[in-house]
Amino acid sequence: MLAARTGPVAGRVEARAALPALGLLAVLAVTIVVALPASSPAPLPPQHAVDTGATAWMLASTALVLLMVPGLAMFYGGLVRTKNVLGTMMHSFAAMAIIGVLWVTVGFALAFGPNALGGWIGWDPGHVFLRNIDATVGSDGIPDLVFAMFQGKFAIIAPALIAGAFAERVRFRGYGVFIALWSLLVYAPLCHWVWASDGWLYRLGAIDFAGGTVVHISAGVSGLVAALYLGSRRGYPRTAMHPNNLVMTLMGVGLLWVGWFGFNAGSSLASGVKTAQALTATQAAAAAGALAWVCIEAVHHRKATSLGVASGILAGLVVITPAAGVVQPAGAIALGFVASGLCYGAILLKNRLGYDDTLDVFGVHGTAGIAGALLLAFFVRAGEMPDGRSALVQLAVQATGVGATIVYAAVATLVLLVAVNRTVGLRLGAAGEMAGLDHELHGEHAYGLLNLN
Amino acid sequence: MKLIVAIIQPDKFEEVHQSLIDNEIFRITVSRVTGHGQQEDPELYRGQEVRPNLLPKVRLEIGVNDAFVEPTIEAILRAARHGDGTVGDGKIFVLPLEEAIRIRTGERGGSAI
Repeated sequence: MLAARTGPVAGRVEARAALPALGLLAVLAVTIVVALPASSPAPLPPQHAVDTGATAWMLASTALVLLMVPGLAMFYGGLVRTKNVLGTMMHSFAAMAIIGVLWVTVGFALAFGPNALGGWIGWDPGHVFLRNIDATVGSDGIPDLVFAMFQGKFAIIAPALIAGAFAERVRFRGYGVFIALWSLLVYAPLCHWVWASDGWLYRLGAIDFAGGTVVHISAGVSGLVAALYLGSRRGYPRTAMHPNNLVMTLMGVGLLWVGWFGFNAGSSLASGVKTAQALTATQAAAAAGALAWVCIEAVHHRKATSLGVASGILAGLVVITPAAGVVQPAGAIALGFVASGLCYGAILLKNRLGYDDTLDVFGVHGTAGIAGALLLAFFVRAGEMPDGRSALVQLAVQATGVGATIVYAAVATLVLLVAVNRTVGLRLGAAGEMAGLDHELHGEHAYGLLNLN
Repeated sequence: MKLIVAIIQPDKFEEVHQSLIDNEIFRITVSRVTGHGQQEDPELYRGQEVRPNLLPKVRLEIGVNDAFVEPTIEAILRAARHGDGTVGDGKIFVLPLEEAIRIRTGERGGSAI
């Protein structure tokens, strides 16, 4: 088939493009063959009765968290230049497709199986293709499939977040391979450490209610490493690069806020008081973050910007993520204020240092994630501290979790970046970057006769 | 004085812009236009090839003094070609320019360009 291509170069390019796809298909095929002989075990009787209230809310939460991914696509898509809108939005949608398959195939087994390889990761062959949880119900009255799908949405959004750090300058093919590997080798271990019942950070008593470390710190740090490794966009920071559509960005952040109720309140894995507490903290922190950011801008620039509101909302939502279930509304508002201040400072610092974390993945997700995971120790609701610790002892535990996440995510991401960039190719060439992702990689353009940018 | 109007492919705009700046031609006006010459540009929508009649192009308008006409043309030619030149790379038109007036000061002629 390749010989029939029009020229030797065309043939070579085609073969190069086909390799990763063939590799992925081969892995899938092998997995399916291995899994098939045991693929129809007698269905286990449910050990627990289904709690319909909790299950209904978890189903809604699962859908809400998925809504965050198109929200993120719109948020990021609006912030890049016109020629890169589709390529940037595709990064989020590609995560839905790639991780959507990968999580069901092996991701859930790696994250929520019992300890393997000394607790570095989990593994339960029965979880492959979610076979042995087909009809089981957890002790919380929620079908295990709902839990697996809820968790799967977190696995989708984490790598999609990273894409903002190297927006406008990566190859689609390399990105696909990178997030697949990142999901298996960075996300799955971190998720296992923090949320699996035998994960070492879980046992240590580290509080990460809805994924401050697993999702936001890991994505933020990985994004920073990727931005540093791949280098700046052409012309950055000398040339001004304006967002192509802040309207879309604002709608995106609106969807993120709505979806975050599923993300945080859903992480109570119940439908009850804890859910209400998480939902309230989420609302209060996001509002406080937006308010604080606008106030800082008003003092600093004498103008309140719409992107400032969007950034503040995001900072507040990220900071409350690890803390949503354990802090009271006053604490949530305090965290939201602090997060906006820190993120605003982090972005100023980035501009001074001159590295190109394009959409401030580290500046917002990394910074607010770290702040939330550490500072929550001072706002924990009375009587809810693990083992009745003091705030300072809990701060040390939180710092252990944060430190481990930062070091592991940074090192593993760097290894993956080098590997993918040297083999499949991740950094886009100068000509492709100038032409734009939409034309160069996707053969489409986003808008009609709109502004040139 | 001449008015140079160039119609180029949108994906080459940034390269052409850079090439002009490198040759010290800073004052340009740019617009998105549609049109077609010989070229057809199939795009893929859900795997189906669509051949639009009017294709997106970028139009550059550059008012220059006579000494800058050839450098401007050269700068555009160098950057606007795909490979060794492909159908659809565009056209450059050179028009006589009767007068140039800077609105801010009211000055006229070559110094107003």
